[in-house]
Amino acid sequence: MKGYGGLRAESAGRPGTGRADRDDPAEPPGPVLEVTDLHVTFGAGAGAVRAVRGVSYAVRPGEVLGVVGESGSGKSVTSLAVMGLLPPHARVTGSVRLHGREILGADEKTLSAVRGGTISMVFQDPLSALTPVYRVGDQIAEAVRIHRRVSRRDAARRAVELLDLVGIPDAARRARAFPHEFSGGMRQRVMIAMAIANDPDVILCDEPTTALDVTVQAQVLEVLRRARRETGAAIVLITHDLGVVAGSADRVMVMYAGRPVEAGTVDDVYLRPRMPYTAGLLAAVPRLDAAERPVPIEGTPPSPAALPPGCPFEPRCPLAVPACAAAEPALEPVGSPGHLAACIRAEEIEAAGGAPLAARPPGALPAEAGAEAAAGVLPAGAGVPARTGGAFGGRAPEEPGGRAAPPPRRDREVVLAVDDLVRYYPLTKGTLLRRRIGTVRAVDGVSFDVRERETLALVGESGCGKTTTLMEILRLAGPQHGTVTVLGRDTAALGARDRMAIRRDLQVVFQDPMASLDPRMTVYDIVAEPLRTHGIRRPGPRVRELLRLVGLEPGHAARHPQDFSGGQRQRVGIARALALEPRLVVLDEPVSALDVSIRAGVLDLLTDLKARLGLSYLFVAHDLAVVRHLADRVAVMYLGVIAEIGRVERVYAAPLHPYTRALLSAVPVPDPGVERSRGHVLLEGDLPSPADPPSGCRFRTRCPLFRMLGGSERARCVDERPPLRMLGDDHAASCHFAERSGAV
Amino acid sequence: MAGFLFRRLLNYLALIAVATSLAYALAATALNPRANYEGRNPPIPPAVVDARLAELNLDDRTPLPERYLRWASGVVRGDFGRTVTGGSVNQDLGRRIGVTLRLITAGLLLGSVTGVLVGAYAAVRQYGPFDRLSTGVSFAVLAVPTVVLANILIIAAVWFNYLVGAHVLLVSGEATPGMPGGFAAQAADRLRHLVLPTLSLSLGLAAVYSRYQRNMMLDVLGADFVRTAMAKGLRRRTALVRHALRTALIPAVTYFAFTFGALLVGTTFTEKIFGWHGMGEQLVNSISANDVNTVAAISCFAALAVLAAALASDLMHAVLDPRVRMGADR
Repeated sequence: MKGYGGLRAESAGRPGTGRADRDDPAEPPGPVLEVTDLHVTFGAGAGAVRAVRGVSYAVRPGEVLGVVGESGSGKSVTSLAVMGLLPPHARVTGSVRLHGREILGADEKTLSAVRGGTISMVFQDPLSALTPVYRVGDQIAEAVRIHRRVSRRDAARRAVELLDLVGIPDAARRARAFPHEFSGGMRQRVMIAMAIANDPDVILCDEPTTALDVTVQAQVLEVLRRARRETGAAIVLITHDLGVVAGSADRVMVMYAGRPVEAGTVDDVYLRPRMPYTAGLLAAVPRLDAAERPVPIEGTPPSPAALPPGCPFEPRCPLAVPACAAAEPALEPVGSPGHLAACIRAEEIEAAGGAPLAARPPGALPAEAGAEAAAGVLPAGAGVPARTGGAFGGRAPEEPGGRAAPPPRRDREVVLAVDDLVRYYPLTKGTLLRRRIGTVRAVDGVSFDVRERETLALVGESGCGKTTTLMEILRLAGPQHGTVTVLGRDTAALGARDRMAIRRDLQVVFQDPMASLDPRMTVYDIVAEPLRTHGIRRPGPRVRELLRLVGLEPGHAARHPQDFSGGQRQRVGIARALALEPRLVVLDEPVSALDVSIRAGVLDLLTDLKARLGLSYLFVAHDLAVVRHLADRVAVMYLGVIAEIGRVERVYAAPLHPYTRALLSAVPVPDPGVERSRGHVLLEGDLPSPADPPSGCRFRTRCPLFRMLGGSERARCVDERPPLRMLGDDHAASCHFAERSGAV
Repeated sequence: MAGFLFRRLLNYLALIAVATSLAYALAATALNPRANYEGRNPPIPPAVVDARLAELNLDDRTPLPERYLRWASGVVRGDFGRTVTGGSVNQDLGRRIGVTLRLITAGLLLGSVTGVLVGAYAAVRQYGPFDRLSTGVSFAVLAVPTVVLANILIIAAVWFNYLVGAHVLLVSGEATPGMPGGFAAQAADRLRHLVLPTLSLSLGLAAVYSRYQRNMMLDVLGADFVRTAMAKGLRRRTALVRHALRTALIPAVTYFAFTFGALLVGTTFTEKIFGWHGMGEQLVNSISANDVNTVAAISCFAALAVLAAALASDLMHAVLDPRVRMGADR
């Protein structure tokens, strides 16, 4: 392929010869890994899936290349192809050169000598990537012994060293533990230890932090940085999270439909994107540091089995012109050296600078079910979302925020009140005979209320009790301790008939739209089910109305969930929740399973529905950036208690609890400039077990503020459980020394 | 740990007592030992029959609870009573347990190892010729009743012997009676007797195991940890054996223990056809001979075997799988 010169190093030869050609001592060394025109195809004939279509990149020692793309963009398949780990039925062509030596299609002997030695890989899901029946120390030692002739004992010692290096406390003892005895973050550290065991030259990281909480993600990224320092290896960091790349990578490659569509330095790509997809992706990410609402990209990525003839992004591109559909544009240099983009209008975009180009007229777009046609014009240039108006379900363009402001909070009705809610689970143990050995304090005294037309978000790391809280509310039965009042009714006093009546007003939208919709039912039946359950005989008109309301084509009602994309499925889930005209909707991570470009559209829909239907939301999420854009108030949970609660603007602008501070600082921002200049509060360790929470303040074991306190003050944190103190107008935190948290 | 085992054993003892008592009650009501003495020529005087039955604790005119108590008090002392012919049940079954154990140990080991290997290999080469062949053969074996399979084996053995021109494979009994020669000759003779019944037992087992293991293996073949093992630099074959097979073996091993328990009394046909005087054969014989005490004793033994196997299976599971192991240091 032409035009890859800037991305690939000039010399394709051995690194030695490449270096000898150059006189400039500042010139970086030759590439360690060079991928050229890589193609991967699954299957054959008409149904062939072209997962990767011409990927080329090169990385030099110590360099971090970020590969960004949504699911199905071919980013993971590319790395598996490089490692030669694809199943035999995948057809791989092109070239993969490691230190100038071709390894694509090499025999197994050559490949296995290279894998884990010169080139190693960190996989996404640390839960399943370690063999469950072997001790972690042995698994690392195995990696050492494959490539080095060392004794069993030396390999075991090296394994302990490596575990220590990746920051596992008490490494010698923990090396004897099994994978299931480790938390997700710790397991990912073990994976990294294994990957650096033989001092590799290249480490491929496939979504290394996707399954982890933000605070743990920050730790793992830090470990990766340390690993790079120790080994001097080049790192290929594959992720869908633009924020992770902004803070960690030197260069970035954006993939779409199996091809790189833009590549360059992080600054070039993030600040001066030349491909509309990149710009759209950047604008679609909810940002923690900006109040602008994310702008969705219409439509869905094309199926790799049925690609359009021209530019694969053309059907979704607001800047598309007829020529775009004619042929697929090549990746060509634009602007500064090394910056490449695959767009025939790249030069026009560049010439226009920061000004948005003329968008296609609304209505001409085959949008995701036609709902968000012209929801926004893609910003070209600085990545500032320029929202020109949203047209939802055929209504007049109107910003949801433009409505008359609701009356002040204290005047509105309380739709949900939770007071001192407690949920304990017995902890049992034993294979032969189960016995109770303790209590998991999943929720330990949580109080909050949700008022009419208000969104309260519960945020926190996994295991903090947010989902348990939700389930306790949805149970509509008396909790173990405390009270739950839904629409003025105490749930402990409800009879079966009352409970059924209240269910009409309290509906739920689940996280995984694939798992929460019955695959055998049509969309019509799914949405009509709650109506029929509550005695509505002819639900037809209402179902059509609901589908229109959530931006789906009523004509598609006869289809099954698998015929829809993830975002559309979540819309079906929302339509089902709204069928009975509820007043309070509980949202359990409603967008976390969706791709970035789709996410913003669903968030928009939720915001719009709330304003239009006067809904209240209780929203559970772990993504703080999403919360910022959807919620009015936020409650930060830690180990079953609320650490901080208040209005979103106040909590995000001036967090009072050290945990909130750490959580906010751990969220990567998709802006290289901001990300580099931000100070990070790195939390140490993992979440303590809720079966054995620390005494007094539960956060003290990881608290950066605690470490700065004097002895007598610390004693207070250890002995006394901090109450949720009101520290400002609708802003409360449970920290004895919240006033001093700014010092962290 | 010891405490748990003890409590679990206590549970098992109670279960065995209940199972055996029910079996005794069923046998004592359903079987009619008196019939053994009817229709004889010359007829046996009723008084003699009554006396004989009372002596054996088989008199149907004694109330069942009374007979049960007499039987149970014997069992508690380790005496399972007398057979219909007056012999000791303990002695008879003691000899037969050994026969059955020798037969099924060989059959079970051969069957399960073959099955696991065949299943694992078939999974690795899914939809390949070997997979298709092993699928076809195992379904064919499963579809053929043991009786037919055993007789096919006998015909094949006779044909083989004819072909070789010597009696290499022997089709009846455990050993040739009065066989001269030293230990080596004795062992060889036993081996020649063992081949056919072992095959007839193990073929069915191998068929079941291969299907089971194939599915287990397919589950872990695509597992991330196998990919990790290969990414470390292990060859595919090594990664499959050390990481995939090792993990996929866990369910098979627990299944193995259960099969052992079930097989102890399940070898009826094989023992009958090949003339091995084991437990399975005796169960059928004792039912047709109205031998209440032997039936109850075999039921007791079966309950014991199944529960011992369950215990062994739990323990093996805990040994193989650290995720269920107790007392892990946390």
